[in-house]
Amino acid sequence: MKGIIHILARLGRGSIFLTKILSGIPQLFLRFSLVVQQLYSVGVKTLFITMVAGLFVGMVLALQLYYTLSTFGATDTLGMLVDLSLVRELGPVVAALLFAGRAGSALTAEIGLMKATEQLSGLEMMAVDPVDRIIAPRFLAGFISMPLLAGIFSAVGILGAYSVGVDLLGVDSGAFWSQIQAKVDFYDDVFNGIIKSIVFGFIVSWIAVFEGYDCIPTSEGVSSATTRTVVNSSLAVLGMDFVLTAIMYQ
Amino acid sequence: MTQALIQIRNLHFSRGQNKIFDGIDMDIHVGRITAIMGPSGTGKTTLLKLIGGQLRPDDGEIIVDGLNVHQLSRSELYKLRKKMGMLFQSGALLTDLNVFENIAYPLREHTNLSESMIRSMVLIKLQAVGLSTAHGLMPAQLSGGMARRVALARALALDPMMIMYDEPFTGQDPISLGVLVKLICETNKALKLTSIVVSHDVEETLSIADDVKIISQGKVVAQGTKKEMENSDSAWVRQFLDGQADGPVPFHYPGDSIEQQLLQDVR
Amino acid sequence: MFRSVEISVGIFVGIGLAALFMLAMQASNLSSFTNKGAYQVSARFDNIGGLTVKSAVKAGGVKIGQVSNIDYDSETFEAIVVMNIEDKFSRFPRDTIASIFTSGLLGEQYIALEPGGDIKLLGNESEIRFTQSAMVLEQLIGQFLFSKSENNE
Repeated sequence: MKGIIHILARLGRGSIFLTKILSGIPQLFLRFSLVVQQLYSVGVKTLFITMVAGLFVGMVLALQLYYTLSTFGATDTLGMLVDLSLVRELGPVVAALLFAGRAGSALTAEIGLMKATEQLSGLEMMAVDPVDRIIAPRFLAGFISMPLLAGIFSAVGILGAYSVGVDLLGVDSGAFWSQIQAKVDFYDDVFNGIIKSIVFGFIVSWIAVFEGYDCIPTSEGVSSATTRTVVNSSLAVLGMDFVLTAIMYQ
Repeated sequence: MTQALIQIRNLHFSRGQNKIFDGIDMDIHVGRITAIMGPSGTGKTTLLKLIGGQLRPDDGEIIVDGLNVHQLSRSELYKLRKKMGMLFQSGALLTDLNVFENIAYPLREHTNLSESMIRSMVLIKLQAVGLSTAHGLMPAQLSGGMARRVALARALALDPMMIMYDEPFTGQDPISLGVLVKLICETNKALKLTSIVVSHDVEETLSIADDVKIISQGKVVAQGTKKEMENSDSAWVRQFLDGQADGPVPFHYPGDSIEQQLLQDVR
Repeated sequence: MFRSVEISVGIFVGIGLAALFMLAMQASNLSSFTNKGAYQVSARFDNIGGLTVKSAVKAGGVKIGQVSNIDYDSETFEAIVVMNIEDKFSRFPRDTIASIFTSGLLGEQYIALEPGGDIKLLGNESEIRFTQSAMVLEQLIGQFLFSKSENNE
């Protein structure tokens, strides 16, 4: 019972915190350099791991699907199947999980350390709202980065699948692309995938900045908050993925 | 005596079950250095956060410069905070900005000064704390004492009416200790500030303080000018100023006596 | 210092947008047959089976367009199917036959256009008069069983 109340209280605090962040976002457009700085530490630093992971996921998908499809003589549909699985599911979900592990944990640790070293209090005493100057730019940068990273993941994955499927396994290049263009729908598949990644970006960034801001300002507190960010945002992404899939592809 | 800049009336504050302040009354006078002393864990830092409006009291009021801190709107509170400087124990410098940018930060946030104006103001403040050549360093490259001096320069950047020092002397070598003592004393005189120094370093604090307040167990147990305190024969004052192990603040943490605990273990 | 941050963020956003653009144009159907201004013809069928909006329109097995709208005419009790055909394939004779076929045994359904011999061409927004409805598997099996039992008598 006490645990439930504790969880509800955190959820409430998180929601109130979210409204504060959102109200701080409009004024960020006047100070966009703050966001650019965070796009670097949130987005650019996650770019490499996302591209490598996307490449390997695409290559593995191509290998796996090729052997199954070849028993039906349907290897021409390889590109289409890889594209669909990447664009609809793996792109947004795996990119979000990587993002939670790489950028989310870093955000929590950074904000938590700023709290532990009294930097946030220091800003408050300088009459600067830390939510406006520290939290909101990081949240917005995460929110912007996520769909871009998911798109990069899918695109690199398709190229990886192309290199394995066409160059290595001998699938026809024209069939690879024409099947994709015939069967993958922009609105149903690509666009819904982008919407998913936007939602995931929102959730992961929210959890990451909240855990950092709400952590106990000691070294143990920061490290357990970092762990919680990765665990909670991964679970939230997977759970939300089910809900979104159910809504989008009924 | 001069008028009170800060009036604290009947202040109550608790953290969870823990009562930290149980009815504190205190006046802090303009232009003076007030030392707030007491054993560790008596909430001296909490008191500063209450004055700065970062925490809300359970009961009672704090009036700073004629304004009741906890009834102000957000923007009024922020306006008041621009007139308050605070020096944190760790310095609280922004780790991703260098020394120059750290001091320029409040100026950039709250003024529309030109870049050259900001530059000269920052260098003047740095000169005042004796670090004008260190403006290119990152906070991680500074020693603890230097970080506090930079933080003092930053606190002075907006020309506040008062500065609160949170444990400025903890963990300093004798030289930087001397520098900090001198700086606190001189800035207070030169800039006609009101200073509050929270500390338990008796000797250094008493060397610069005009007024002394001793807090223990949620109450102000003794207060007066430095002279009065030095001559006081109150058990509280004597124990704290002379550093006696036992007295009104007991040596033993309150609880069962050792005999009872030993018996419990046997059972 | 800040300059290099700006440049790398620019590269990041650039790659991201390029990836999204690739997904949109190369890895989906957005690039094909979306312009509403394309050559448009309609046809009436008794039964369209499993045909849906965005089903393919083919001629000689080549995809030349897609179904843009399906409606039901409650006066004539027929389905009206509107197709968008790419402009470069717009020269179909007036006696073209539109039939609904299934690709493979269990594949999806599409409209096949078989050109006739008329010299006059189908204009934009005209109607194809000769149509052949979808084969519905249940009907075929029903007819087969019916003819079997007739033969047996």
